[in-house]
Amino acid sequence: MSRYLAALFVLAFAATLPAAELPGDSIYQMPLALVDQDGRGFQLADRAERPQLVSMFYTSCPYVCPLIIDTLKKTQAELAPAARAKVDVLLVSFDPARDTPARLKQVYAERKLDSASWTLARTDERSVRQLAALLGIQYRALAGGDISHSSVLVLLDAHGRVLARTERIGATDPDFVAAVNQALAAP
Amino acid sequence: MPMRVLALAAVLGTGAVPAAEYVPLAGGTFASVLPADANAADVAVAPFRLRSQPVTNAEFLAFVTTHPQWRRDRIARVFAQASYLQHWPSATQLGTSALAPQPVTQVSWFAAQAFCASEQARLPTWNEWEFAAAADGTHVDARSDPVWREQILSWYARPSDQPLAAVGGAANLYGVRDLHGLVWEWVDDFNALLVAADSRDQNDPDRLKFCGAGALNLRDRENYAVLMRVALLSSLQASDTTLNLGFRCAKPADLNP
Repeated sequence: MSRYLAALFVLAFAATLPAAELPGDSIYQMPLALVDQDGRGFQLADRAERPQLVSMFYTSCPYVCPLIIDTLKKTQAELAPAARAKVDVLLVSFDPARDTPARLKQVYAERKLDSASWTLARTDERSVRQLAALLGIQYRALAGGDISHSSVLVLLDAHGRVLARTERIGATDPDFVAAVNQALAAP
Repeated sequence: MPMRVLALAAVLGTGAVPAAEYVPLAGGTFASVLPADANAADVAVAPFRLRSQPVTNAEFLAFVTTHPQWRRDRIARVFAQASYLQHWPSATQLGTSALAPQPVTQVSWFAAQAFCASEQARLPTWNEWEFAAAADGTHVDARSDPVWREQILSWYARPSDQPLAAVGGAANLYGVRDLHGLVWEWVDDFNALLVAADSRDQNDPDRLKFCGAGALNLRDRENYAVLMRVALLSSLQASDTTLNLGFRCAKPADLNP
């Protein structure tokens, strides 16, 4: 009986372990709910276990945001094959009012994003501000509907720690590509 | 009897911290130093309520006592750098280096946000803070008054190694205190201010970094006191803490006053 109880305790404890095991400097410490392009809800911390390339954008952005997607694609393409297979891409919208899952899905198709590794996501306004703060991204909604923002690519390790970042958009950043390759080198 | 208990608690300093006072501000159209768009439109500030005083050490101690994950010895590093609350004698005690009625400082944006949420509030936006801070004792917008400007600027000239005064300075038109002359304050959208080193340059090589209208141009360049706040806030990361940086909270307008 007591062994049975002990087993129960172990089970109960194990269920809480993943959160407790997160390092203090993990951005997954922040409880943050998102919805992907297929309308599926998930927690930011659900992205743990696989390293992530993360950035923020909005779909009605005429100028820089298409370049963010291009730059992420190019960066992925320039990775060593072993590293490429290990990393996912998460792009979160600044613009929860207009970027519905349906709109994200449309852009997902238009930009021919690879469903094996890419997720477009939205969250609520407060969480947008928190995620931007965690990633060191600045943004500001302007009166005309545009959003002025800094463009940053961030590499998170499997525990949600920031390993590398770049603000170079348009062309790939060789230092960033090297950092991703190094971080994701075997085993 | 309850009165006597209250009085005793106050003497012993063990009583619950009284609920914070929030005062209503009507808002309106406002010429912010940060224009709402590239054509330098005024911003619209909706009615809101603002904490009449910055959050004190005593209030923040009560918060970390009931929300221990925000104690300096338990906080996740991603939410605050190592200097978080380091001027307190311990994780759960105040002392001569941090007196109860002084504004709390060395707190990160994440911690300030969590504190405000604990009193069903949020951090004010930059425009809300700026709107409240434009008033003097008798005018909604005293910013063009050179005497008032001079008075505010004199604070910035004072050496920063002096101990902070207690909260409770002179009230402005709305009954809000200590917006100037005591501490810097976090705002909710501190990472929205986007001041380039020189935003006058329309051919800014950094323009590509910013989507949409490019870098914003600042208005009212003579208002150094407010511009210094913008410069400080936009240089911060959300986990940063500094010796002179505190905060206050805001709430939506009370629909049933």
